[in-house]
Amino acid sequence: MALPLQVQAEIVGREPAGAYHRMVLRAPGIAARVEPGHFVAVAIGGADSAMLLRRAFSIHRADPAAETIDVVFAEAGRGTRELARLRVGDSVNVVAPLGTPFPLPAEPVSAVMVAGGYGSAPMFALAEKIVADGGSVAFVLGAATAERLYGVDQALAITEDVVVTTDDGSEGVRGFVTGPLPEVLTAVQAGVVYACGPMGMLRAVTEVATEHDARVFTAVEESMACGVGVCMTCVLPVVGDDGVSRFVRSCVDGPCFDGTKVRWDDAGTIPADIEGAAAMGAH
Amino acid sequence: MTDGYGGFADNDDAGDFDAPPSTIMLPGGGIDLATRLGSTLLPNPVTTASGCAGYGKELAKFFEPAAIGAVVTKTIMPYPRSGRATPRMAETPSGMLNSIGLQGPGIDAFVERDLPWLAARGGRTIVSIAGGHVDDFVALTERLKGAPGVVGIEANISCPNVANRGQVFACNPATSYDVIRAVRDAADPLVPVLAKLSPDVTSIVDIARACVEAGADGLSMINTLLGMVIDTDTMKPVLAGVTGGLSGPAVRPVAVRCVHQVHAAMLDGQMARVPIVGMGGIRTGLDALEFILAGAAAVSVGTVIFNDPSAPVRILDELRAALIARGFGSLEAAIGYAHR
Repeated sequence: MALPLQVQAEIVGREPAGAYHRMVLRAPGIAARVEPGHFVAVAIGGADSAMLLRRAFSIHRADPAAETIDVVFAEAGRGTRELARLRVGDSVNVVAPLGTPFPLPAEPVSAVMVAGGYGSAPMFALAEKIVADGGSVAFVLGAATAERLYGVDQALAITEDVVVTTDDGSEGVRGFVTGPLPEVLTAVQAGVVYACGPMGMLRAVTEVATEHDARVFTAVEESMACGVGVCMTCVLPVVGDDGVSRFVRSCVDGPCFDGTKVRWDDAGTIPADIEGAAAMGAH
Repeated sequence: MTDGYGGFADNDDAGDFDAPPSTIMLPGGGIDLATRLGSTLLPNPVTTASGCAGYGKELAKFFEPAAIGAVVTKTIMPYPRSGRATPRMAETPSGMLNSIGLQGPGIDAFVERDLPWLAARGGRTIVSIAGGHVDDFVALTERLKGAPGVVGIEANISCPNVANRGQVFACNPATSYDVIRAVRDAADPLVPVLAKLSPDVTSIVDIARACVEAGADGLSMINTLLGMVIDTDTMKPVLAGVTGGLSGPAVRPVAVRCVHQVHAAMLDGQMARVPIVGMGGIRTGLDALEFILAGAAAVSVGTVIFNDPSAPVRILDELRAALIARGFGSLEAAIGYAHR
């Protein structure tokens, strides 16, 4: 497993990307360690910042030659608003690479990449790798509106099999990604599905993939405090190899999980059969 | 510094102080940072706060566990415990609320798997323990007898994330006494027992005195403060557990006050003098120094680790430099220096 580094990274690129921002960071030593699905934890503000918790972003691209990594983010709250104010030449403290990346197929495979909004960020590097290894890929990219799609052009540069959905029909097929997904899975005889997006989408994609006998790997978007495995805030109920369900950390055991092992419906609850649930009643 | 990590964060007013008489300097410009917790001698006073460093393994990617005074583990209970439902966390101004609910593997897995790893890595371990009854604390303490690398036991009698929150052992001198007495009696005589205290009490001195009378070799101050946040969009509490423990720099003045009050009571002869491990929002070496000046013999770095995973070693370096800059020849000379 790649050890994470903590470095002061210089912002060397900034551009709007639809409803999002793309930010390129020169982070010495990090890019060569990155695999698709890894994430970066970015500190907000300097050493006196009142926002203590790092923000986690999946790494969109890593360029070892240029020593850069880049991320795509939405301005959604205090922290990302602060990040959006930064300009080329400013610096941020980053810890990366973090997390368990997407498992790569051992043999050439037909893969379908499914993403909601900027959840697509890690999918392009992954798709390129699968293609380079002799496999093939298709994309189903969805978002609420056309401007909230991310990376349709990047997907088209990799494959012509790209289906777009929007909730409001402003681009592509009206509806959710799960609408056209069964047809796509059948058409490309998918062996594996990679998905990243909100929990409801990942749950639905897991169901469809399973019905089509495809493996399914999902990258979750859980809120984290530390990103390095010590705070225990980002847990999800996941079934272990031994069949026992446990609350596991999205930051180290994930964010990429076998979708069939995540108990999607039980997230946000304490399932009665999860390890250690009995001890909660006592005190 | 602009927005750097790993340097002095805020040393603007260094030099503007009332210098103490200089004592012996060690060769190489270093100073003696060793500190004593009962029968345990730590090479330096910086430890991790319970619940902010796991069992040491994750942070070993950022610093050697042996480089700091001790690793205080996440609280261990008798059995595996799932912890609370999510959301478990909310960021607050200069701090955060957590509502983890003491998720952990239980004492058996901890003793078999986590503790030997830390010991093999040369780490000194202070094991934080908690239970619902005095008997739980005793069973945990007995299980730790002879375990490798254990240099202390911290009895967490003050976690707010338990079912009858607010009514923790540490809210009452008598219940605090009972737990600490039982743990002290059950523990290896050479392993110091620390009592972790809550600031959410009417008189922390009364609780501290009860713990010391019960045989506590030291006091860890402070645990989180009970708080809550309401989401103004959903108009419901943010945390699934409704309330959570507030930590981070936001609580530091409360923590410094608690340490100062209890140390003052020791100097006044209201209670026996034992070492205090000070904690609450320590972010820099100067923050750590504040606790030491208030009366702490050691400090714990907690929530700030989430912001800066290598913070404990950075803070140790900054503290060393801050002590030298003020003319202290040893850590010991600075302990309680604000009381003069």
